Amino acid sequence: MTADPLLRMLGLARPRGARFALGVLAGAIATASAVALLAAAAWLIATAATHPTLTALSVAIVATRALGITRGIARYLERLVTHDAALRTLADVRVQVYARLARTEPIRRFRSGDLVTRLVGDTDATQDLLIRGLTPPLAALVAGAGVVVLSTVVFVPGGIVLAAGLLLGGLAVPLAAAAAGRGPGRRRTAATSALSTALVDTLHGAPDLVAYGAMPAAVARIDRADAELSRVARRDAGLLGLGAGVSALVAGLTLWATLLLGVTAVGDLGTVSLAVLVLTALAAFEIVAPLPAAAARLGAVRASGARLFDVLDTPPAVHVRAAGVVPADPGLHVRDLRVRYAPTEPWVLDGVDLDVGPGKRVAVVGPSGAGKSTLADVLLRFRDPDAGTLALDGVDLTSQEPYDTRATISGVPQDPHIFTGTVAANLRLARPDATDTDLRDVLRRVGMASTTLDDEVGAHGTRLSGGMRQRLALARALLADPRILVLDEPTTHLDPTTARAVLDDLLAATAGRSMILVTHDLTGLDQVDEVVVLRDGRVEQRGTDAQLRDRPGWYATATLRAR
Amino acid sequence: MRPLDPRLVSSTRSVRVHLVVTVVCGAALTGLILLQAWLLARVISGAAAGGVGAGGVAAAVGAVAVLALARAALSHGAETAALRSAARVKSELRRRLVAHVTGPAADPVTTDAGELATLATRGLDAMDDYIARYLPQLVLAVAVPVAVLVVVARADWISALVIALTLPLIPVFMALIGWHTQDRTRRQWRLLERLGGHFLDVVEGLPTLAIFRRARAEAELIRRATDDHRRATMGTLRVAFLSAFVLELLATIAVALVAVEVGLRLLYGQLDLETALLVLILAPEAYLPLREVGARFHASMEGVAAAERVFAVLDGPGGPAPVPARPAVPADAPEIRLHGVGLTYPGRSEPALAGLDLVLRPGTTTLVTGPSGAGKTTLLSLLLRFAEPDTGTITVTGRDGTRIRLADVPPDAWRRRLAWVPQRPYLFDASVADNIRLGAPDATDEHVEAAARLAEAHDMITALPHGFATRLGERGTRLSAGQRQRIALARAFLRVAEAPDTIVVLDEPTAHLDPENAALVRAGVARLLQRRTGVIVAHDAGWSDLADDIVELRTGRITELVGR
Repeated sequence: MTADPLLRMLGLARPRGARFALGVLAGAIATASAVALLAAAAWLIATAATHPTLTALSVAIVATRALGITRGIARYLERLVTHDAALRTLADVRVQVYARLARTEPIRRFRSGDLVTRLVGDTDATQDLLIRGLTPPLAALVAGAGVVVLSTVVFVPGGIVLAAGLLLGGLAVPLAAAAAGRGPGRRRTAATSALSTALVDTLHGAPDLVAYGAMPAAVARIDRADAELSRVARRDAGLLGLGAGVSALVAGLTLWATLLLGVTAVGDLGTVSLAVLVLTALAAFEIVAPLPAAAARLGAVRASGARLFDVLDTPPAVHVRAAGVVPADPGLHVRDLRVRYAPTEPWVLDGVDLDVGPGKRVAVVGPSGAGKSTLADVLLRFRDPDAGTLALDGVDLTSQEPYDTRATISGVPQDPHIFTGTVAANLRLARPDATDTDLRDVLRRVGMASTTLDDEVGAHGTRLSGGMRQRLALARALLADPRILVLDEPTTHLDPTTARAVLDDLLAATAGRSMILVTHDLTGLDQVDEVVVLRDGRVEQRGTDAQLRDRPGWYATATLRAR
Repeated sequence: MRPLDPRLVSSTRSVRVHLVVTVVCGAALTGLILLQAWLLARVISGAAAGGVGAGGVAAAVGAVAVLALARAALSHGAETAALRSAARVKSELRRRLVAHVTGPAADPVTTDAGELATLATRGLDAMDDYIARYLPQLVLAVAVPVAVLVVVARADWISALVIALTLPLIPVFMALIGWHTQDRTRRQWRLLERLGGHFLDVVEGLPTLAIFRRARAEAELIRRATDDHRRATMGTLRVAFLSAFVLELLATIAVALVAVEVGLRLLYGQLDLETALLVLILAPEAYLPLREVGARFHASMEGVAAAERVFAVLDGPGGPAPVPARPAVPADAPEIRLHGVGLTYPGRSEPALAGLDLVLRPGTTTLVTGPSGAGKTTLLSLLLRFAEPDTGTITVTGRDGTRIRLADVPPDAWRRRLAWVPQRPYLFDASVADNIRLGAPDATDEHVEAAARLAEAHDMITALPHGFATRLGERGTRLSAGQRQRIALARAFLRVAEAPDTIVVLDEPTAHLDPENAALVRAGVARLLQRRTGVIVAHDAGWSDLADDIVELRTGRITELVGR
């Protein structure tokens, strides 16, 4: 699978091939008719100069008028058809990307929202490639070939010169210009990113800088970065301007060569052919005009494609395995669980045992980096254990499709996503057939009784407060009503007062159901049945809140410090 | 939107220089176009009349080659100059923007850093197309048609009439179509944005969808939403492409009309071949720059929009601070009094603080507690002079013992007497030592290390790969929240070491920290506050054992004052 990402992106467009072909044809007709218009007009005028009868000119008159109309219509058609085809392809690609992501869930491995945004941008780059990168060169190829044939029929050397000129101006110059532009592009990107870092640093850190009187130094750093960017841009301007200059040179010299050859051979050729030949050469370079811009974009589109296929080629994080030997007791049983992110890296979970009996609530606590969230990821089947077993009521969970596992184990992942839409729509994700009464009931249980179901929550739930977002995510998980509820840091990013209130509502709402609560917050844990302290991937302590407080160890020290 | 923003021209010198260069290049290019058309007409008609040997044909062919070279050189020169101008204009706007938003009058807390950084880099890059491509084309779109008309009118007035009648139709039709479809287009773009956002929303929420076993069902919804997106887009495009259609149609029909008309007059001997050819070659040239302008219109409007956003920011708060009429100097350890202080942020109806009375006694620590939204952060902004109160006054003890208004103390001079430890300190992509040195760039390594020791940060720093020389990476991502907080404490200690009477301002110093780090920070804070004037802002009374006075804020007013 090492094919050029550009070719693979074009491959995505193959199902819409007929539409694109139609677009290319319309585009070729549009540009060719502009050249043909001038050629026909040249024939008309040069012939008229010999004072023939009007009927001798009638065909040329009709042709000229017809060509005057075809260009606009063909161009309009081309744009509509190619945009339509590209948008249809975009739908295919989005579904394909999504289906792939849904299967492999590499999104969990990104973590940063920035990368997700970029992936979506990269998906949409296929549209750009198809509209600006695919159709114009193909249309130019078809139209160019037609015009060269016309010229060759009139005068063979003229056709050869025009073919050479068009190839140079349409292929060699744009590609060379794009290649020459790569260096300046790199230098510019580097200088821009230095400037951007200086800006972001200064603006984000503005309160600290102002408070400590360090703003002038930070502004000086921005000015230096700005000066460097301007210097790079000004120095490379000459190199970037070369494309425009050479294109003009190729067009001018082709015209000159055609003129020279034509004039030399005018005795054999006749004035009419000379006029047609020269005016064709004059108009022909419009065919290749859009190509430099297309060539210049190819690098960016290729990079987009490479990133896109990188995601698409990611193997799934979770595999269905053959069932192993597991405890047959009811409840959730984790035995000797070991996970690491790469064979060379240390174990993140290093032999963890965990038992959650029916109706029991277990809290997993520990310092950051202890492996708490990795444990939650394994339980929610976002990642496979490297060793050890995971069983619910005697069934080895790693032998099930994650889709099936999540019917019984579900909950609130870290940073749960709130979708744009209403409160009700966000809740119904978990149970599409829930009635409004069910929804109001679950909202009441999490302390959101005053929330209206039809309230719009905004993108990422920004219209809700942090506490309300966590409550909504919790309500959604309760509505799904799984056998085992897994909650990963449900009070993170909340201020202590809100965190306490959310936790109280959470503990009240989950009374009597099996739950695993992963948290760094040690308040309110007297209400759970067992507290498990993870440190460096191992279970260091386990017991009730009261037992652990009395026993010397991490939990006693940490609760004392947190007071 | 105007094609050329007058503010951009009047306020930016490099834009004016660029316009002059562009007009000169445009005029030269127009001349070359006319010259080439004339030479071509002459050579063809000359060859028809008498072959190669005829007067001046060979020389004219040679001149075409010279012209090609000249045009290439001019194109290269114009493009290079335009790109250089674009770089200069962007730099000029960027510097003004930065000077404005980092100026003392800007409130560093409410500035949207991400958006501004994007505007100053990628946003301004949209000016490239505008400056380097659109403006030169705009000049040509005026110069070339006029020149062509003049030349054609002298050669054949009927053709000139055809061109003169069709040419103005293009902008008129485009404006009519644009005006007719404006509302509809705007409505549809909003719909498009929403549908476009759906895919991003779904991809971002994939883990959540997976947990609720909805991931597969959602694929069908994506297909449907994208199809809706396509239908809506095509609806918009069918109309949006109409203006381009009219432009292309008018341009080619006019050329066809001119060709037929010239051909017929030639047939009846009313015109000679050279004139007819000249008119035919020039006719398309009259429309070409207009088409180019049309093609670049959208891209360039992004540039105009970026410039407008820059000017909008420049109109907002920022720039240099008003200098106090009579700068006052406070005492070394001043008492700070707030008398009925209130502040309402622009665009808000509810005041963030109202009628607050408070006394911060020298050498004592005051704990200010209260729920979120009670105005605690606003109080700190006022003390740090990030904002000034709109009602009431803040006074401090002056050097001579009288009370002076804090507003009369220059902000920079006032801030030199403060050591601030924010809730989320910002660390820069520099070495640990330089981050600690933020407020005292000349501090020696020994002083930096001593400050780190006092802040309980020394051991943690020496455990880093390069100790105090370790670079922290963007936003200090290498460190945990607790480690960052201790670096911020070290900053404060370094400042305190230089001026023992420094006033210490602390904002929720241990929020979001795990118990171990919280304990370390707490120990450092206790040391920092000893015998100094200090203010701690916190949600709850957890800091009361370090405080001399405890004050509770509720929706911007003090409700309880508890002497210790």
